Formats: sequence, structure tokens, C-alpha cells
Amino acid sequence: MSGARTLLPSGDATRCIGAGQCVRTAPDVFDQDDGGTVVVLLAEVDESHRALLDEAAYLCPASAIGFTERG
Amino acid sequence: MNEENESGGLPELPMNRECPYHPPAAYEDLRAIGPVTRVRQFDGRPVWAVTGHLETRELLSSPHMSVDRFHPNFPMPIPALTQLQSSRTPAIGALIRTDPPEHTRQRKDILPSFTLKKIGVLRPRIEQICADRLDAITAKGPVVDLVEEYTKPAVAMVLSQLLGVPFADREYFEDLTYRRFDPAQVVDALADLTDYLSRLLRAKETDPGDGLLDDLVAKVLAGELDRDELVKYALVLVIAGQETTANTIALSVLTLLEHPDQLALLLDDPSLWPNAVEELLRFLAITGGLSRVATADIQLGDLTIADGDGLIFLNPGANRDEAQFERPNELDVRRTVRNHLTFGFGIHQCIGQNLARVEVEIALRALFTRIPALRLAVPMEQIPMRQGLVFGIAELPVTW
Repeated sequence: MSGARTLLPSGDATRCIGAGQCVRTAPDVFDQDDGGTVVVLLAEVDESHRALLDEAAYLCPASAIGFTERG
Repeated sequence: MNEENESGGLPELPMNRECPYHPPAAYEDLRAIGPVTRVRQFDGRPVWAVTGHLETRELLSSPHMSVDRFHPNFPMPIPALTQLQSSRTPAIGALIRTDPPEHTRQRKDILPSFTLKKIGVLRPRIEQICADRLDAITAKGPVVDLVEEYTKPAVAMVLSQLLGVPFADREYFEDLTYRRFDPAQVVDALADLTDYLSRLLRAKETDPGDGLLDDLVAKVLAGELDRDELVKYALVLVIAGQETTANTIALSVLTLLEHPDQLALLLDDPSLWPNAVEELLRFLAITGGLSRVATADIQLGDLTIADGDGLIFLNPGANRDEAQFERPNELDVRRTVRNHLTFGFGIHQCIGQNLARVEVEIALRALFTRIPALRLAVPMEQIPMRQGLVFGIAELPVTW
């Protein structure tokens, strides 16, 4: 795995049920809006976030969290 | 797979706990047969019992799982639930017993009140409530029933503050919430509670406060929410938020007192508490079974769950699945487990889970900080267990 990849986190607000697992896992990347659904704070993060993003995606009960890769 | 006569030799649900802090031993036997396996309900109907961690996650996130309690194959995990199927208590149906798109809309109505930020704001209030109860307990000592004097009233008070129940009504409200645990009174108690909440919500339209219900009353006044639906929400929040949390706290106290090495770790290093709460949630998981009906054929490995099949998810069993957790039957407050299924999984995962986490953590930390020498006043074998849809202990006599 090369270390120069950029990760693009995603949060699907239509699937989101507001459990807050992503915010508890990666609070610098995800937040909740006043309605309680997911907001992505950082459009791009580096490789060091991979494990956290994997965990946030795994813990999300509504399959609303994911990420794509670039670079 | 739905013939009644086929279910004769199958293991029967519900199963009872032998030890207050372990799931029924027979859950292990079920998982040894298979993570998803046939059992029969108390009424003889066959149903799938799910005890595997991976399988629970996969099935509970399937769009082909319905919570429609009026489906003829909807499973009844315990006999007492059947009386709540009566048309006299339709209000119990909101949120937890609705499917999308109705569920999606209902959940979005409530969700703004349960954001992590809103829950965070409640922390100092919850700390104050626990401190007040502990003042009363230490003044009353040296032998106290912690269920009656601490876990029940503290959780009821948090709930009434969260919802915005007026202070003058607190005792009446607590009494109503508890009468419904008595099988002989449950239907009347729910009717009374519904009446009380209807009157309270009407009063809030002209005399608003700062609770969760007040936020929702504002939506009613803005024409965004139906009055009757709001009463349903209030009722389900009261029902879901009280017994589960109070029992989890009481059972956590008992479990830690019976695992003194684990308690010592927490007394030495209080920063472990949030981690310990997550492990206690995994370990204790007091729900007796989540019911679903399949609305399409679902293929799971070699297994086919047929359209119309009932399923009961035994999440306390899934939390002890050795395919997922090392030493699953050991309490280890230092392990990091965030993937337990105590709050369920899928779109119905507990909406109050982050409030519950805060309540459990504050109540335990405050108790053991104030009374580090706490111990049981009777041997554990004498503590009465209450089997049911939500497992609990009826009393917890402690001394110090």
C-alpha cells in the first residue's frame, strides 16, 4: 500500500439514522447537523485516517459511511 | 418451514438466565448448532434464533427485515408481550414497530433531540441528580437497596428532565412508569401514562418548557407534526428509556462487585470508565430478544430465510460469539469493544444509546467514587432475578 493516497470520506445523510458512531470514532472527520444526521467535515484526509474510516464504516448501523481513494 | 408439527423437538424460547450477568447457558448450545438456527416459541410456532455476531449484523441491516407486529408470523419472544398486541395499546407502535418510510420520518422527528451535542449538555444535570441521590443514600445507610434508592429514581429523574415533565408531577410520573412493570397493571398503566402525556403535551402548547417534548410541541404548533403521533413518541421514549438503563446500571454494579479485580482497575484509573461501560454493555446486554419478519427470501451462506419467516435476535448471545470476541465470557474492562450488539444494529439501532452511555457511566463513576468500599449486603445467590424481555434484578441490597 503506497503512503501517498488521499482518502475521500463520505456520509450518506439519507441513509443516516443518527446513531453517532462515526462522530465518536472520527470526530475530526464527521459531525452531526442540528437534525442529527451526518456531516462530513473534511473532504480529504491522508492515509493515517484509513483505520478510523474503516472502523466508522464498520460501526455505522445504517451503512451510511464510506470512503473512496485517489492518488 | 412453517408447519407447526415440525417444531416439536426444537429448543424453546424464552430461555432464562441462570446467573444475572451471563446470558442463558443454552444460547451457547444454540450457537453450537448454528449462528442462525430453528427454535420454537412458547406458543409452539417455529422461528429462527440468531446468536451469531456476523449474522446478526448482516440480517439486522437487511432491507427485507420488518418490525410489523401485526404480521401473522411476527415472533413473540415472551408471553407477556402478547397483551401489548391488543388494540387498547396501539401507542406502543411508533418508531420501534414501524418500517420505512414511516419509520424514517418518525426517527427524523426525534433525532434532533438525541445528537451527541444535546446529550453532552445533559451531563452536568445527570451528575447533579446522581450526587443528590448519593447524598440521600449515605445519610440513610448502612444498608440500602440500590435499585429502589439509586438506579430507578435517578434514571426516572433524568428521563423526566429530558422530556420536560414538570417538577410537581415527578412522583406521579415515576409511579406511572413503574406500574407498567407489573403484569397485572401494565395495560391500565399504559392507558394512564398515555392520558397523562396527552394532557402534559396540551399544556406545553401554551406553557412551554425546555425539554425534548417541548421541542416537539413546537413542531406541532408549526404544523409539522401530528398531535396524536407526538403522544406516541412520548410514550415510546418513556418506555424505552427507563427500565433498560436502570437495569443496566444495577446489573453493572453487581457485576463489578463480583469482579473485584476489574473494579480495582477502575478505582485506580477512572479514565478507564468509558471503556469499561462499553465492555459492561457487551457483557450484560439485558434484552431478551429482538423480533423481525423477513419480507423476502434472504440467502445467508447455505441458509435460506424464507419470505414470511419470523426471527428472534438473541443479542446477549451474539455478544459472546467467540468468532468475534476473544475470551467472550470474561469481563475485561481494559478491552476495546465498540461492536457489541446491545443497542441492536440496522435502522432501528437504539436512538437513545448515547444518552444511555452517559447515564451508565456517570451513575457508576459517581457511586464508586463516593462509596469505594461498597459491597453486597447479601450473597449474590439471594439477589432476586427478573427474567423477561428486559432482564433485571429486583433489588440490590448493598452496604459499606
